[in-house]
Amino acid sequence: MSAEPSVLEIEDLVVRYPIHRGIVGTVARRPRRQVHAVEGVSLSLEKGEMLALVGESGCGKTTTAQAVLRLVDPVAGAIRFDGRDLVPLGSRELRPLRRRIQVVYQDPYESLDPRFRVRAVVEEPLLIHGLGGSKSERAARVREALERVELSPPELYLDRYPHELSGGQRQRVAIAAALVLEPDVLVADEPVSMLDVSVRAGVLNVLDGLRRDGLAILMITHDLSTAARFAQRIAVMYLGRIVEEGPAASVVRNPQHPYTKALLSVVPRRDPRDRRRPQILQGETPDAVAIPAGCRFHPRCPIAEARCSAEDPALVRPSSSEAGHRAACLLLPTVGDS
Amino acid sequence: MSAPILQVEDLHVWFDLADGGELHAVQGVGLSLEPGERLGLVGESGCGKTTTALAIMGLLPPSASVAGRVLIDGEDILAGGEAAMRPHRWVDVAIVFQGAMNALNPVRTIGEQIVESLELHDRAKGSVARARTAELLEAVGIPAGRAARYPHELSGGMRQRAAIAMALSCNPRVLIADEPTTALDVMVQAQILELLDALCRDFGLALVLVTHDLPVVAQLCGHCAVMYAGEIVERGPLDLLYHSPGHPYSRMLFAASPDLAGLDEPVLSIPGAPPRLDRPLAGCPFRPRCDSAFAACVERPRLLPVADGHDAACHLNTAVPA
Repeated sequence: MSAEPSVLEIEDLVVRYPIHRGIVGTVARRPRRQVHAVEGVSLSLEKGEMLALVGESGCGKTTTAQAVLRLVDPVAGAIRFDGRDLVPLGSRELRPLRRRIQVVYQDPYESLDPRFRVRAVVEEPLLIHGLGGSKSERAARVREALERVELSPPELYLDRYPHELSGGQRQRVAIAAALVLEPDVLVADEPVSMLDVSVRAGVLNVLDGLRRDGLAILMITHDLSTAARFAQRIAVMYLGRIVEEGPAASVVRNPQHPYTKALLSVVPRRDPRDRRRPQILQGETPDAVAIPAGCRFHPRCPIAEARCSAEDPALVRPSSSEAGHRAACLLLPTVGDS
Repeated sequence: MSAPILQVEDLHVWFDLADGGELHAVQGVGLSLEPGERLGLVGESGCGKTTTALAIMGLLPPSASVAGRVLIDGEDILAGGEAAMRPHRWVDVAIVFQGAMNALNPVRTIGEQIVESLELHDRAKGSVARARTAELLEAVGIPAGRAARYPHELSGGMRQRAAIAMALSCNPRVLIADEPTTALDVMVQAQILELLDALCRDFGLALVLVTHDLPVVAQLCGHCAVMYAGEIVERGPLDLLYHSPGHPYSRMLFAASPDLAGLDEPVLSIPGAPPRLDRPLAGCPFRPRCDSAFAACVERPRLLPVADGHDAACHLNTAVPA
């Protein structure tokens, strides 16, 4: 662990969404139910680090990101940014901090206004936050942001409309619009899953370059091979919990949790000679309304024992893994066990 | 070698544009599929892979013009138009689309939809059709009791299974799967790929897997055809395409997919974008993005054999070493 304090620290985050009962449900006094989207997630993100939050649809990874952006209100927990808890802050107090935590969404076909030229798309955040000084200073910052995402020379792109750009170029423009505010943290929610394979690496390499320059990136993805290649740390989520977390290479080469092992086994390898039997979990992730008791993974776990349905495992360091690597499984021998 | 079930020869598909121009989506594609063979049809968005699949099924929109030959058991079904295609569609060749929600009728139960397709093709009626539907659903891993469910009551994976069951209702010999797992989660994707693998094995189905995802093809198919700008630029056994590619595009596509086995290898994107297909192409269409282009590339290369059963359209293979 480096001595550098974390830029972002999430502690015991809980986010739940109420399910509307409807008129009939209210009259019949049916119990109020909730989607337990995030149930006690703790994460930290350092400067110059990319943390990949990995999991299937409905595991809570996007909700976690939305909580960091303060687009949803957590039920409990703290989100410390630069040492200050964002959770109790109101919108007025959040405003100056929002500039410093920016987001890039999955679909650059939806996230860019089709009537705005590239110049206006990238300049708008400066106008909203009242930054960038004079018109010419703003223009210089727009140009610089475009160069940082490798859309250069910027003159070639400034006057284009989104429909005149390829998917990869659009996503770079979206990243530039986030960068122009010089954020400390960038949340990237599936930044390449809508793009053609041939251009994905270009966008990921841009993010990697920004990280090397000191940006902290929280990347939400379902693609373990991308996470393994570009992130420094990986956190695997299942049903609102982190089940395994650690240095990317350690999680991928020495997975501890049975869910991580299964997820890794189904990632297709590109070498046709490297065919292996994937360990396919049957069924689908259960509903986050009715979370299984004990270990929430036990109904689908290939190695579950009787106690797994009674005891909820904590995230601890297994004895066969390196420092900073933790997993939540009752069946793993942990450091400290004799 | 057995006789091919499906052959595509010199297939051209073009669309008339509103401004009077033409968009040449497919430009001289040739394919051949033997019984039980599994072929991956791979390429970027807009390369013509889905248009090729729709042309084989005779399901192109009216704005499309088609030329060339599509042969099923040696019979040209393209020349005879809809009347020639109809007895073969779903019966010999069936297709499963990406995003099964759009392929299924939202106001009818999945059971009713499969019964309907059985009755429409005179395969079975009444209780026999219902029993056959239960069998088909079981074969794709849906408990028969769910036949009475509507598509919106099923998960994405279950809907894709229902669409596969419907495609199999007339016992086709060729299944075309167009991006069957693109919208699905990794674990559900693995379940569907395992199902396709089992169906091919158990029923001797031949498979055309249309996808942009080379690693998925690498795990499931024996052969692969790589499309670029409406053409096939390389085709052959997958093992050769990966280990000794005959076209820089195939090599660069593989290198653009991150792989768990090569975490330290750089992942390289392919610069630029595919050419517009509403203008005539001069020279090799991949030349502006290619890392190995040389003088000869101003001429359009032809698809030529580089090894037994392995063809590529690249001047590098015929260049005389200087």
